[in-house]
Amino acid sequence: MYVAVKGGEKAIDNAHALMREQRRGDTAIAELSVEQIKQQLPLAVDRVMNEGSVYDPELAALALKQASGDSVEAIFLLRAYRTTLPRFGYSEPVDTEQMQIERRISGTFKDLPGGQVLGSTYDYTHRLLDFALLAEGDSAPSEQASNNMGVPQSHRSEARTEAENSDKLEACPRVLELLNQEGLIEQSRGDGEEDITPRDLTRQPVNYPVERAVRLQNLIRGDEGFLLSLSYSSMRGYGDSHPFAGEMRSGRVSVELVPEELGFPIEIGEVMLTECEMVNQFHGSKDQPPQFTRGYGIAMGRAERKAMSVALVERALRAEELGEAVNYPTQDQEFVLSHTDCVSANGFVSHLKLPHYVDFQSELEMIRRLRKAASEASAQPSKDKADTAGEEI
Amino acid sequence: MTMSEQQSVSARQHWISVLAKADSKALQDQWQALAIEPEYQFIRKPEIGLTMMRGRVGGSGQPFNLGEMTLTRCAVRLDSGSLGVSYVAGRNKAHALTAALADALLQDRDYQVALQEQLIAPLEAQLIAARAEREAKASATKVDFFTLVRGED
Repeated sequence: MYVAVKGGEKAIDNAHALMREQRRGDTAIAELSVEQIKQQLPLAVDRVMNEGSVYDPELAALALKQASGDSVEAIFLLRAYRTTLPRFGYSEPVDTEQMQIERRISGTFKDLPGGQVLGSTYDYTHRLLDFALLAEGDSAPSEQASNNMGVPQSHRSEARTEAENSDKLEACPRVLELLNQEGLIEQSRGDGEEDITPRDLTRQPVNYPVERAVRLQNLIRGDEGFLLSLSYSSMRGYGDSHPFAGEMRSGRVSVELVPEELGFPIEIGEVMLTECEMVNQFHGSKDQPPQFTRGYGIAMGRAERKAMSVALVERALRAEELGEAVNYPTQDQEFVLSHTDCVSANGFVSHLKLPHYVDFQSELEMIRRLRKAASEASAQPSKDKADTAGEEI
Repeated sequence: MTMSEQQSVSARQHWISVLAKADSKALQDQWQALAIEPEYQFIRKPEIGLTMMRGRVGGSGQPFNLGEMTLTRCAVRLDSGSLGVSYVAGRNKAHALTAALADALLQDRDYQVALQEQLIAPLEAQLIAARAEREAKASATKVDFFTLVRGED
């Protein structure tokens, strides 16, 4: 039981003033603007948008600045802000097949229609600290250096000849739909299947077991670290999963909605999304032949690690529906879905910092009583206890 | 819906899309260059809110809720009776107001041609140019992987 405390207003005010001072740092150094954070720390911004579950890079950047760069605190701020805004309905489902591709890779097919587009990536960099970024003043990295970070000069010409393609990208159909033609991969939609309006976990409580649409909504706003570790565990053996990355794509997608007063869909803007589809071996069940099954992940911005983790955990959570044994934490809906939310997790862990004086006092009393009772008992051993001790020897 | 209604709806969808996607500063610059100051009443003052973005499982399966996004909406009525509506991603009230005014005027035969030529066309050209630039950058990173034959000679 938590018993409220009073007082400390002055000290709390001073503590907040100190926090603001530390957040600002050395005033001889120029202050970081929200626009700079948005432009130059975009991956941190993407994480805050995803787990804050609000697409708005400027707000996410503001939250990061206010939270001194602590992503969980920033996510909390964004979640709190979203509760102050009215909801103008639901968008039409975004069509990621129409995405303007900025990056698109496949771990399953070397040659695929539309080709593989590396886009902007840290993959293939050598993870050597780039001291050019540390240099003050004229530190804007040259185009070559930034494009080929860590790639030796001799390799660059090769990279460029390989890239001597036209400026146009071909259409990029969804990779997994190609294998579908042979019927080797499960379809994402049955023939003639009607759309079901998905439940919204921000409006309705979650009961277990819960359907795929709600599981996905939960995972997309879930903590990236938690989901990454869960998917890692499922690949290492705590879950029968070693899938292939069928396709990953990043790019801009138009968002449409149907305003009541118009009655037809209109585009309201574009969002940057990253989508990932995993392909898992499936040995078949009494209803389904052996085939590949799919795990789906999507995230706001260029959040690749997040999209992959969502896809892996999403597939693991389908165990029950596919008739697989649920043996490991990652396959357990209630375990996973009720612990993904970093705001809830942080809140519950952090509350231990609050005064628990009365609680602790009562437990202290109890321990004293128990010890007293125990020491009295050992000072005058009862006949029974002595007998038992004797038998054990 | 008749054929001509269908056409006018798709024309309107087109300019609404361009107005929403346009860069906020570019929109204001183009709008001010037009020097049109129509008399209007608010049906709905610019208002910031959220919409729940939806996706589809596996890209083409059942819909699910992906996460919210901010947007600003506005509705105006011109003295001519023309009703303009805007829904614009983000939190820019000036953008939403200008988009609603432009939507109202674009339905007005007296203004339609001028606005198409001097507002929608240049804004759309900018959007297309930005898209082409992104595409060219992405295209330069297109890769061909070779699989090497493994094993002893």
